[in-house]
Amino acid sequence: MIKINNLQARVEDKEILKGINLEINPGEIHAIMGPNGSGKSTLSNVIAGREDYEVTGGSIDFEGEDLLDLNPEERAHKGIFLSFQYPVEIPGVTVSNFIKTAINESRKGRGEEPMEAREMLAKMREKTALLEMDKSYLSRSLNEGFSGGEKKRNEIFQMAMLEPKLAILDETDSGLDIDALRIVAGGVNKLRTADNAVMVITHYQRLLDYIKPDFVHVLYNGRIVKSGGPELAHELEEKGYDWIKAENA
Amino acid sequence: MSDEILDEITASDYKYGFTTAIESDTVPPGLNEDVIRLISEKKNEPQWMLDWRLDAYKTWLEMEEPEWPNVTYTKPDFQAVSYYSAPKQKKELGSLDEVDPELLRTFERLGISLDEQKRLSGVAMDVVVDSVSVATTFKKTLAEKGIIFCSMSEAIQEHSELVRKHLGTVVPKRDNFYAALNSAVFTDGSFCYIPKGVRCPMELSTYFRINEANTGQFERTLVIADQGSYVSYLEGCTAPSRDENQLHAAVVELVAMDDAEIKYSTVQNWYPGDADGKGGVFNFVTKRGICERNAKISWTQVETGSAVTWKYPSCILKGDNSIGEFYSVAVTNKYQQADTGTKMIHLGKNTKSTIISKGISAGKSHNSYRGLVRVGARAENARNFSQCDSLLMGDQCGAHTFPYIEAQHPTAQIEHEATTSKIGEDQIFYCNQRGIGTEEAIALIVNGYCKDVLNQLPMEFAVEAQKLLEISLEGSVG
Repeated sequence: MIKINNLQARVEDKEILKGINLEINPGEIHAIMGPNGSGKSTLSNVIAGREDYEVTGGSIDFEGEDLLDLNPEERAHKGIFLSFQYPVEIPGVTVSNFIKTAINESRKGRGEEPMEAREMLAKMREKTALLEMDKSYLSRSLNEGFSGGEKKRNEIFQMAMLEPKLAILDETDSGLDIDALRIVAGGVNKLRTADNAVMVITHYQRLLDYIKPDFVHVLYNGRIVKSGGPELAHELEEKGYDWIKAENA
Repeated sequence: MSDEILDEITASDYKYGFTTAIESDTVPPGLNEDVIRLISEKKNEPQWMLDWRLDAYKTWLEMEEPEWPNVTYTKPDFQAVSYYSAPKQKKELGSLDEVDPELLRTFERLGISLDEQKRLSGVAMDVVVDSVSVATTFKKTLAEKGIIFCSMSEAIQEHSELVRKHLGTVVPKRDNFYAALNSAVFTDGSFCYIPKGVRCPMELSTYFRINEANTGQFERTLVIADQGSYVSYLEGCTAPSRDENQLHAAVVELVAMDDAEIKYSTVQNWYPGDADGKGGVFNFVTKRGICERNAKISWTQVETGSAVTWKYPSCILKGDNSIGEFYSVAVTNKYQQADTGTKMIHLGKNTKSTIISKGISAGKSHNSYRGLVRVGARAENARNFSQCDSLLMGDQCGAHTFPYIEAQHPTAQIEHEATTSKIGEDQIFYCNQRGIGTEEAIALIVNGYCKDVLNQLPMEFAVEAQKLLEISLEGSVG
């Protein structure tokens, strides 16, 4: 689905990604772990197409297309979704109006007709139920006055509505209590199919108890320094990141 | 990144810049007593009206153009302005079929097909093109309820006593420089009277449009809601593109008698000038309403146009328990300057006022909110809530807030909240990531920001206002 080849990127003058190689296939869940400042959020922002991040080398191939040629909304239309670490507030724009606009703009981008109002409504009901959200969420201003947990749940709600091919969850577990974590993770698991893939970015093993990864990668100093199965996450939990740092010193 | 995109987005051209080739009957430029006599004569006015005008003219001669607004412009040369222009019409018009087809096409280009309006929305329109009303509709339905809705010229002829009794009672001739000028030379406008206890069954609507080059527009509007009546009045403006500055100095007076309610909504889109700040309309407007006991006046405005605007739709809360409201969205772009706000004058007991002002500045424009809340010595338990928000797009524009509060009664409760924010790169990227392009994202964010005001507009007007906001801020995204 996505092939990242020797990807290098910087923010202003600072080199952050120094040659990332990663391949994710349909149906797979990949966890990206690593200490603060290792480049995890930069990687997700570069995939989503944020302009502040300058790609200085390498390539990203998404379903046979060069992703780096596309602007952020085109990437979204192709099926890339980023669950933000810090979702922004848009006062006066309701969750339902926002998601309706997002769905129909994406459809327009793909040359499809807008979704029927009835279908949209039914889908919103289904997905709020899936994430155990009260329907009143839909008429609230996007993220305005939301608690940390509500914001994250709202991100997964949007993911459920947009049905992306590749979902990148950037620190989705931060700010969630155990119950919210279980619901959010449960939602992600239920949305899993053989055709879509998930990239989970996290500091901790905790989230991976609920969203079971097929592969775990350790990002350190702009490179993936270790890859393995789920057991790698447990190893990190036990030994901490100092072990990785020592190996790569 | 976002600044570049914002620059491009906010650099689009005025979409309604075209003129209509209609034969006009225009007096030569210049202002003196003879011109005023000529206007009055052309309009076949009674003597009292002419005397009133001449008195206003004398007052005006002694007044100075105000310097206090936070705007800079070259003062108009009042001797270079033509004070009367009327589309030539052969006779009185009985129906739309008789209206100049060229004129009808203009309305269509503006998206204001009279037929459509009549058929679909039941809006009665009194259309003012260059000072003379050319079409009045739905008169019959209104007449059945005893409602008078006509041009000011007609009102002066047909309802002389009503006009004479109320004209200048809310905005006196000597109120300010431009109100005095308007009183001397106003050529037309709208008049509306709702009888006691009558609820006007439809939104009353007027579209103003400056059409003749160099013709100042001096509209005069008077709305009288008699005891216990209700009316919702809509006013919308678009103007064709011009090189010279055009002067617009309207006066609107609202009289809400005991237990009456007037809702006055405006969408204003005069030509703002070109990308270099050349041309554009000067909009110096005096709008004021007076509330008697238990009466309510609600002003809602969406201001996107004009090169220079100063405008303060105000409420005099004279009667006990009366209510004043002001909801405003003011957009400035390119080199536009706006100094707008309201005055809430609390005189009666238990009077309440609400002010919601949303300013949006883009390009190199300056947007000022100026508002006065005054609580008089006898206004026991007066309450005011004001919220003044400013939204900045880019880093070359300015937003200013000048709130004035004068409380002379110890029980007054006055709240003022103000915020200033910027459309963030973060917000735009968030929308982009969800598949929403930058232009749509800005429209979405701006509409969300203005929601509290747009919600106050009647449905059919809200759609138009939303479209206007988008047009005012759109452009091609590179």
